[in-house]
Amino acid sequence: MTSIAIPSGMPQYDNVPRFDVARVRADFPILGREINGHPLVYLDSANTSHKPRQVLDVLDEHYARHNANVSRSVHTLGTEATEAYEGARAKIAAFINAPSTDEVVFTKNSTEAINIVAYAFSNATLRPDADSRFRLGPGDEVVISEMEHHSNIVPWQLLCERTGATLRWFPVTDQGRLDESGLEDLVTERTKIVSLVHMSNILGTVNATSRITARVREVGALLLLDCSQSVPHLPIDVVDLDADYIVFTGHKMCGPTGIGVLWGRGELLAAMPPVFGGGSMIETVTMARSTFAAPPARFEAGTPPIAEAVALGAAVDYLTGIGMQAIQWHEKELTAYALDALGSVPDLRIFGPTVPVGRGGTISFALGDVHPHDVGQVLDSLGVQVRVGHHCAKPVCSRFGVPAMTRASFYLYTTTEEIDALVAGLEQVRKVFD
Amino acid sequence: MQLDQLYQEIILDHYKRPHGRGLRDADDPGDQVAEAHHVNPTCGDEVTVRVATDGTVLHDISYDGMGCSISQASASVLHELLRGRGAGEAFEVHEAFVELMSGRGQVTPDEDVLGDGVAFAGVARYPARVKCALLPWMAFKDAAARAGVGVSPEVKA
Repeated sequence: MTSIAIPSGMPQYDNVPRFDVARVRADFPILGREINGHPLVYLDSANTSHKPRQVLDVLDEHYARHNANVSRSVHTLGTEATEAYEGARAKIAAFINAPSTDEVVFTKNSTEAINIVAYAFSNATLRPDADSRFRLGPGDEVVISEMEHHSNIVPWQLLCERTGATLRWFPVTDQGRLDESGLEDLVTERTKIVSLVHMSNILGTVNATSRITARVREVGALLLLDCSQSVPHLPIDVVDLDADYIVFTGHKMCGPTGIGVLWGRGELLAAMPPVFGGGSMIETVTMARSTFAAPPARFEAGTPPIAEAVALGAAVDYLTGIGMQAIQWHEKELTAYALDALGSVPDLRIFGPTVPVGRGGTISFALGDVHPHDVGQVLDSLGVQVRVGHHCAKPVCSRFGVPAMTRASFYLYTTTEEIDALVAGLEQVRKVFD
Repeated sequence: MQLDQLYQEIILDHYKRPHGRGLRDADDPGDQVAEAHHVNPTCGDEVTVRVATDGTVLHDISYDGMGCSISQASASVLHELLRGRGAGEAFEVHEAFVELMSGRGQVTPDEDVLGDGVAFAGVARYPARVKCALLPWMAFKDAAARAGVGVSPEVKA
């Protein structure tokens, strides 16, 4: 394949862990489906991933055998459900190398996780006794980037409106990388929090965060990383990342919908005021006032998505069994293959990095001036499922001067044959709209 | 699915060679002119429809926009069908088109009323694309109302 020899003593290609894709595919019942008379070619895993039998079985088993509410029952079923729920938390903590299980807060999804942090700032701003790190006012700044999903833009816009703080952002380069050239001017003593996407859901860019982290530490701000697209696809170690918060969502990593995670440094979560009030998040309640439980319970008001959390634990087991490094490498090979294959399609323009370095397996593109809706519709008629539209990242579309993009995204079950099917489908699109 | 039901030749023709595209001023300085800009928030498609009318006849319907073949062809068909029509007549066509698009493929369109609009019968079977087809028609309704020719209350769109 390559004529460049890697010097001996260095890691060789053969040393990279691999897995049998055909065997993995057999775990996913939906991959056996036909769409419009063609075998399903699912290239929309950045949107949501499919679920293996191992996860579906756990979901089913939970309701069939262990269903009860958590954290409030002395009976056997209640104990089993609580153990399963808390066991899932421990699995997820280990998966991201969290120093403590109590740092893992279950949420509905990444969006809710980001909103919890934003509203904790808001609530702290209203309480004179709150930790000053979370108090915001005019003159304070929140920094995001032009590369964000709407879920990492709108909560901060709303927070700034409520508090009078100013929202600022990193631009994006023509190559689809984060433009860090203005870092020193952008992240300053006025900055209270920097909230950045780790891997872009639209450009596929994986942001190298170390320079930004160093600057954030220097000015005493906090750093949140939106890892919705990275935790499912790369080995993530929160100690290594040295962020203050990360958020991710279960349904993009072989788990069910309705379950996500806010990870925060223990000391920070403990200093944050609650956001949602209700059952399970309290220490004691009187008619006049309440005191609150320690994290993570403080941020998990009400009956949580129990079965979903347990199934997310099973998803983490599944991914760990295959190996995150092996998954990362598989997707890197797919991305290299796809960039090459898409490059052979006439009139195709890729948005974002065109080399398989510092990027994941999510590729957005334009095909001539055919509207992405039409591209997606023709591909669907051939069984190829891609996402079209603005991908909840309208500022990125504006940055590249288009109203919408077509996006193909890969996962552990994606094959090079599926990328071939995409390329063949794009030829069909050209025929219809030529 | 039958792709050619969705992308009928008529639709592709209107998309590739749109009729009456571009926003225009009124020829008659006495006309009321108003426009409406509609977007489809799920896909980002946009269309602006402008109506010039003396209150009785829709002298011109001009438009501009960007979006998929369905939304842009639909604007071209709208222009073709309704320009120069009496307001009452135009709203009957509007109603028939909305009914066709809301019919999930169960409505048989009347070519005498809808002209090239019958080509959109196939689109009605794709719930994800119905909004594309309706986008210019909804913008038209708003623009017409702003120009003083509202839909009579019994017409539901």
